[in-house]
Amino acid sequence: MLQINGLYAKVEEQEILRNLNLNVKPGEIHAIMGPNGAGKSTLGNILAGRPGYETTAGSISFHGQDLLEMDPEIRAREGLFLAFQYPVEIPGVSNMELLKASVDARRLHKGLPELSAIDFMKMAREACKAVKLDQSFLKRGVNEGFSGGEKKRNEIMQMMLLEPSLCILDETDSGLDIDALQVVAGGVNAMRAEDRSFIIVTHYQRLLDFIIPDYVHVLAAGRIVKSGDKSLALELEAKGYSWLEDEVA
Amino acid sequence: MSEQVEKLIRKAYSAGFHSDIESNTLPPGLNEDVVRFISAKKGEPEWMLEWRLKAFRVWQTMEEPTWAHVHYPKIDFQAISFYSAPKSFEDRPKSLDEVDPDLIETYNKLGIPLHEQEMLAGVAVDAVFDSVSVVTTFREKLFEAGVIFCPISEAVHAYPELVKKYIGSVVPQRDNYYAALNCAVFSDGSFVYIPKGVRCPMELSTYFRINEQNTGQFERTLIIADEGSHVSYLEGCTAPQRDENQLHAAVVELIALDDAEIKYSTVQNWYPGNEEGKGGIYNFVTKRGICHKNAKISWTQVETGSAVTWKYPSCILKGDNSIGEFYSVALTNNYQQADTGTKMIHLGKNTRSTIISKGISAGKSQNAYRGLVKMGPTAEGARNYTQCDSLLIGDQCGAHTFPYIESAHPSAVVEHEATTSKVSDDQMFLCQQRGLDAEKAVSMIVNGFCREVFKQLPMEFAVEAGKLLEVSLEGSVG
Repeated sequence: MLQINGLYAKVEEQEILRNLNLNVKPGEIHAIMGPNGAGKSTLGNILAGRPGYETTAGSISFHGQDLLEMDPEIRAREGLFLAFQYPVEIPGVSNMELLKASVDARRLHKGLPELSAIDFMKMAREACKAVKLDQSFLKRGVNEGFSGGEKKRNEIMQMMLLEPSLCILDETDSGLDIDALQVVAGGVNAMRAEDRSFIIVTHYQRLLDFIIPDYVHVLAAGRIVKSGDKSLALELEAKGYSWLEDEVA
Repeated sequence: MSEQVEKLIRKAYSAGFHSDIESNTLPPGLNEDVVRFISAKKGEPEWMLEWRLKAFRVWQTMEEPTWAHVHYPKIDFQAISFYSAPKSFEDRPKSLDEVDPDLIETYNKLGIPLHEQEMLAGVAVDAVFDSVSVVTTFREKLFEAGVIFCPISEAVHAYPELVKKYIGSVVPQRDNYYAALNCAVFSDGSFVYIPKGVRCPMELSTYFRINEQNTGQFERTLIIADEGSHVSYLEGCTAPQRDENQLHAAVVELIALDDAEIKYSTVQNWYPGNEEGKGGIYNFVTKRGICHKNAKISWTQVETGSAVTWKYPSCILKGDNSIGEFYSVALTNNYQQADTGTKMIHLGKNTRSTIISKGISAGKSQNAYRGLVKMGPTAEGARNYTQCDSLLIGDQCGAHTFPYIESAHPSAVVEHEATTSKVSDDQMFLCQQRGLDAEKAVSMIVNGFCREVFKQLPMEFAVEAGKLLEVSLEGSVG
C-alpha cells in the first residue's frame, strides 16, 4: 500500500524529517506518536502533497506508484485522504457542493460516471448519521461556524463518503471530548477493511483505547525511533517520551 | 391615461422590432451636424432633436472626469465615428469558420448552442427559426398583459408623451460628462412601460432583441413601472459579444411609481482586452432609478468584462418607505480596471437601502468599490446597510474601497462593513486534498464568495454567472 524509504523533508529551510522509513500494508492501522515538534504533522502533509513541504531525499511508493510525482488532487483521487488537524472554513461553498465535486472527481478518475444528485444525497445522509452530524450541515458552508468537534466529525464524514484506501488522521482527537472521540473512533472502526489502511497521528493514547492499532511507532527528531504494538502506547502513556529520546541520544 | 396607453400599445406592435435603414457610416468627429444627422437618420421629431442638441451644448462645456481609480489614454472624441449603420449581410462573416477561434472556444465553454453562437458572432444567417418563434410567443404574451417593450427609437414615435415626460427625468442631460454625451448621440436601447397594477408575466430580456446590430455603443434604456406594477429586466448576456467600438457610454433610467417594483439584473461580459490589456472596451455607464412612495428598485450586476469599467447603478429614494438595493459582483483579471459601486440617496421617510458588493481581483487588475450613502434632511428614520467584501487572487492585483457617507438627519442609521481576504493556500489545499484541481478549487471558492449576490439573480442567470466566473478566472492560478 504505502512504502516510505529514507525520507528527508524540510519546511521553510528547516529539516524536519530525517531518514524516515515506514511500510503500511493493506488493512493495517498504524499509530504515529511522539513529542511536539517531532515531525508527525509534517509526515501527513508530505504524504498529501501540501505546498511548502519539500522532500529532499528518499522515496514514497503508493499502490506501487511514485507518490511524490503526483499532484495533490491526483493523490486524493488515487485514494489518499487526509483528515485535517485544523479544517479551514470556505464561506459560501456548501459542504454538499464540495463533497459532490470530490466524489465525482474520484469517480471520473476511476472511469465511473458522476453520481446522480439523489444517490449522492442518500450516501451523504448516511455518512452524517454515522458521525452524528445533523443533515443541515450538508447545506452549511464548509466548516463555516462549526465548533471544533463538529469540524472533526465533518472530516470523518467526508472520509466515509470518499471511501479512500489510505486514511491519514492528523491529530483528529485533539480537543475532542469523550463522546466526540467515540464517534470518530466508531467511524474509523466501521471503515476498517482488508484493502484499507490507516495512519493515525496522535499525541495521546486515549484514542487508541477505541481504535486498536496493529502497530505503534514513535517519531522523534524526524525519524521512527521505536516501533511496537498497542502495549508501546501504554508504556508511553506511563513513562512519557523522554526516556526514548535519551535512548536515541 | 390608461386608455391612451392601450391605444399606443396596439400601435406599437404593428411596427415590429427591426427597422432597416439604408445608410452609411459617418466620418469620425463630433459636432452639431453629427447630432442632427443621427436624429435625422432615425426620423426623430423636432423635440427629440432639440433635446439632443441641448445635451450636446452642455457636453461641450464639461470636462472628462478623472476622479475614478482607472487609467487609460485620453479619449479623442474627434477620432470616433458616432454613427455606423448596421453591417450589411455581405460584410458579415458567412459562417462560424470566419469568426475568431478564441471567441468560439469561449462560447463552447459557456455551453452556448450553435445557432445562438451565430447570432452573437454576427454571422449572416437569414432567419433563426427557433428564436423567431420564441420572440413571437413572447410578444403575444406581453401584448395580452399590456406591457410595452420596444426599441427606444420606436418609442419616440409611438409613445412620445411617455418618452418626453420621463427621458432625462432621472439622469439629466448635465448629470455627468458621459451621460451628456449619451444624451446627444444615443444610438438605441430598450423602452419598457408596465401599466398600473400589472405584474409583467415574464422576465424581460435584451436577449430577445439580439438581432439588432450596433445598439451597444451609446445605449439608452428607459423603464417605467406605473403604480403597483412589477417587472424584472435582464440586461446583457454571459457570452462575450463582438463589438468593434471601443468606447461605450450607456444611460439607464428607471422610474418606479408608487408601490411599483423594478428588478434590474445585468451580466456584462464585454471584451476585456488581451492578456496585456490591449484592445478592450471602455465602459462608462450611468444607471439610476427613482423610487416613489413604497416603491422598490433592486440592481443586481455581475461584471466580468471591459478593460475599463466606470459604473454606479444608483437609487433616489424619494418616496416614503421606498427601498433601494444594490448587489454586485465585479471581477477583474489580467489588466482590467473597474471602478464601480452605487449611490443611495435617501430623501423620503423610513427609506431603506442595502448594498452588498463583492469585488474579486486577479492577475494585475485593479478593482475599486466607490459608494455614496446620503441621508437627506427629510430622511427621517432612514436606514442603510452596506457590506463590501474584496477577494484577492495572487499578489499583483489591487482592491480599493471608497465609501462616502453623508447624513443630514439624526435619526438615520448607516452601517458599513468591509472585509478584504485572499483565497488562502489552506482553502486551496483543502479542495485539492478532496480531489479538485486548482482551477476548479478557485472557481468554487470564488463562487462561494459571491453566493449572496448570485442568489438575487434569476435562476438560469445565476448558473450562467457561475460558469462565467470560471471562464473569466482561467489562467489566474497555476
